[in-house]
Amino acid sequence: MTILLFGITKDIVGSSSLSMPSSSEFGAKKNKTVGELKEYLGRTYPALCNLSSLAVAVNNSYAEDDKIIDNFDQIALIPPVSGG
Amino acid sequence: MSHRYIRQTILKDFGVQGQQRLANARVLVVGLGGLGIPVVQYLNAMGIGTLGLVEQDVVDITNLQRQVLYAEKDIGRPKLEVILEKLQAQNSTTNLIPFGTFLNRENALRIITDFDVIVDASDNFATRYLINDACIILNKPFVYGALHDFEGQLSVFNYKNGPSYRCLFPSMPSINEIPNCNENGVLGIIPGIVGNLQALEVVKVVAGVGEVLSGKLLLYNGLNNSFVTINFDRQPKYCDITNLQSSYEDAICSPEHYLSAEELQRSLDNSSSIQLVDVRTAEEFENYCIPGSVNIPLDSLENQIHKIDLTDKVYLICQSGKRSEIALKNLQEQHPKTVFLSIFGGINQFLATCS
Repeated sequence: MTILLFGITKDIVGSSSLSMPSSSEFGAKKNKTVGELKEYLGRTYPALCNLSSLAVAVNNSYAEDDKIIDNFDQIALIPPVSGG
Repeated sequence: MSHRYIRQTILKDFGVQGQQRLANARVLVVGLGGLGIPVVQYLNAMGIGTLGLVEQDVVDITNLQRQVLYAEKDIGRPKLEVILEKLQAQNSTTNLIPFGTFLNRENALRIITDFDVIVDASDNFATRYLINDACIILNKPFVYGALHDFEGQLSVFNYKNGPSYRCLFPSMPSINEIPNCNENGVLGIIPGIVGNLQALEVVKVVAGVGEVLSGKLLLYNGLNNSFVTINFDRQPKYCDITNLQSSYEDAICSPEHYLSAEELQRSLDNSSSIQLVDVRTAEEFENYCIPGSVNIPLDSLENQIHKIDLTDKVYLICQSGKRSEIALKNLQEQHPKTVFLSIFGGINQFLATCS
């Protein structure tokens, strides 16, 4: 599973993308959801939990927390950005 | 139709009709900084009939690397004044309407109501959420652009019943959550690119050509020149807005509503009884609490509001500062006369610095 990181999430993780192998703690579980992925990432990168509005896209479409995802999906974490 | 615009009126998909639509259009640009400058420069050149300009800032030397209409001799002058001179010289036929103010809760609806399309070229969340809410109330489309480091975001919100900003990002981040350009830096050319894309969306909305970027968020990354488009839907629950919030920048972004853990410690030391409300769950509270605090979990605040003395200052705390900030927002809106303070960093920060 590839996770593209935008805005501050890139700074928090320290990279513009994350690759999650299917054997990871998260990947071992069946029927993963966007919400579970967020929780997993939040445990690894606690600063992500401070983001009050963090949009998640699955295969380039906005996804709610109950959206089921698999290892072939491309995920994007999109926080709001304010600069102008 | 003037010969002046022949290079675009000969485009068969734009034509004289497209030009006439630009001439009849009234476009408001909020913010004359890195994003706003390319927007006004191109819209004015291309023949937008009426351009409203909202800006209260003056030119600073650190603006010059990205706000390319300002010169060294303009430092210290109001941006609006400089821009008006430049735009008048560039196209004397445009009806320019200056608003020498920042957009705020009091003036937003009055200013926005006279325009067909709004351009959000602001540089802070308070203004972005204010524009969103005002545009929903007045049923106006708005062209959004925003930056972070080498990245840009672009979308057209509230266009023909399409989704709004809150459909992507329902609630406004706190001032401490996401850095702005001043704190985080911005490569000069990035707002130039994103601002130009905003100007293009305005032209498409006004002239009715091409596909408007509605229901799509464009993510631009200048470092690898990639464009990623995310599709998203309108969420009626976030578009049901009939009034502006009682405050935007005031309750949420203003630093006087935040207290550091050290300041809390001083207040605890100096006063025999301060009203410290811990909004974590009962379990968390049992596990650890600051002596003298009372526990009202965030989701019970409304029901247990009688436990709070609203005539006294209310200190709000949680584990990290996030829930107390939500409590701050909710309570401040319902009880505007009471002073609420959220402890920044929460108990984590308190334990780290004060024990």
